[in-house]
Amino acid sequence: MRWFWIDRFTEFVSGQCAKGLKNVTMDEEVVDGYWPDYPILPSTLIIEGMAQLGGILVAEHHQFDKQVVLAKVAKASFLRPARNGDQLRYTVTLDSVQDLGATVNAVSYCDGELQAEVDLMFAFLEEGRFTDGPLFGPGDLKTMLRMMNFFSVAVDSDGKAVGDYPALRDETQ
Amino acid sequence: MSLSQDEIFEKVQEALVDALGVDDDEVTEEATLVGDLGAESIDFLDIVFKLEKAFSIQIPRDELSPEDILTDSNFVQDGTVTSEGVAELKARMPWANLDAFAENPRVQDFGNILTVGDLVRYVMSKTE
Repeated sequence: MRWFWIDRFTEFVSGQCAKGLKNVTMDEEVVDGYWPDYPILPSTLIIEGMAQLGGILVAEHHQFDKQVVLAKVAKASFLRPARNGDQLRYTVTLDSVQDLGATVNAVSYCDGELQAEVDLMFAFLEEGRFTDGPLFGPGDLKTMLRMMNFFSVAVDSDGKAVGDYPALRDETQ
Repeated sequence: MSLSQDEIFEKVQEALVDALGVDDDEVTEEATLVGDLGAESIDFLDIVFKLEKAFSIQIPRDELSPEDILTDSNFVQDGTVTSEGVAELKARMPWANLDAFAENPRVQDFGNILTVGDLVRYVMSKTE
């Protein structure tokens, strides 16, 4: 099953922020099927897109060595619907990181206007606790990141292009 | 400048209202986090984040809930914390009122002993 709720990364600064965009199209079944005669991208899937950006931001901060999952939607407010033809521009900022998880703040802009504001909390899965295996199939995460332009835009905190990640090289994440 | 107990209570209350979606008046000193305020395990991570930010403190893993004691066979027998285990818990959690728990210290009940007042005293111990 495809479960990509951002189209591409547009900026990525390790340990700081991730930006990405999501085009809302009638081609997506959920857009015209969620609310008959009023196509919109459901707000839950906007949260999912932000969580995908944020999850990568948090996981990359740990060199993709941790299994990061969305644990809690702390706050979410939506100021306008995301209609077919809209382009949503997400910015996710790393808020805090702890032993067991991390929090991020996310905003979505459409046509230059604030469309949504969401605070998310992620938890780190531990071996034998909640999961017995990897979250991604071999190579899947690296492939997803490449398709979403991550490696073209991602830089470290000094502005240098990110290097190779052993956890991805092993293709065991 | 250290905060007064009232100031700490207000900030703890704010963190709990935010994390658990409860009303101000539900967050009393005596309220238990799990039983009265409905906190689930994942909420504790959220509470830790909020307290760390509100008070600029670090809350190490296992400090609020010393799982290592509760899973140590030297301190637990047949699902009950031994007297040595209770003593260890009291030593590690001097800010918590463990008197009621100590009367019947079943491990399964430990998760519901923390009160708002305990959290306030914990934060006080970190900010003194």
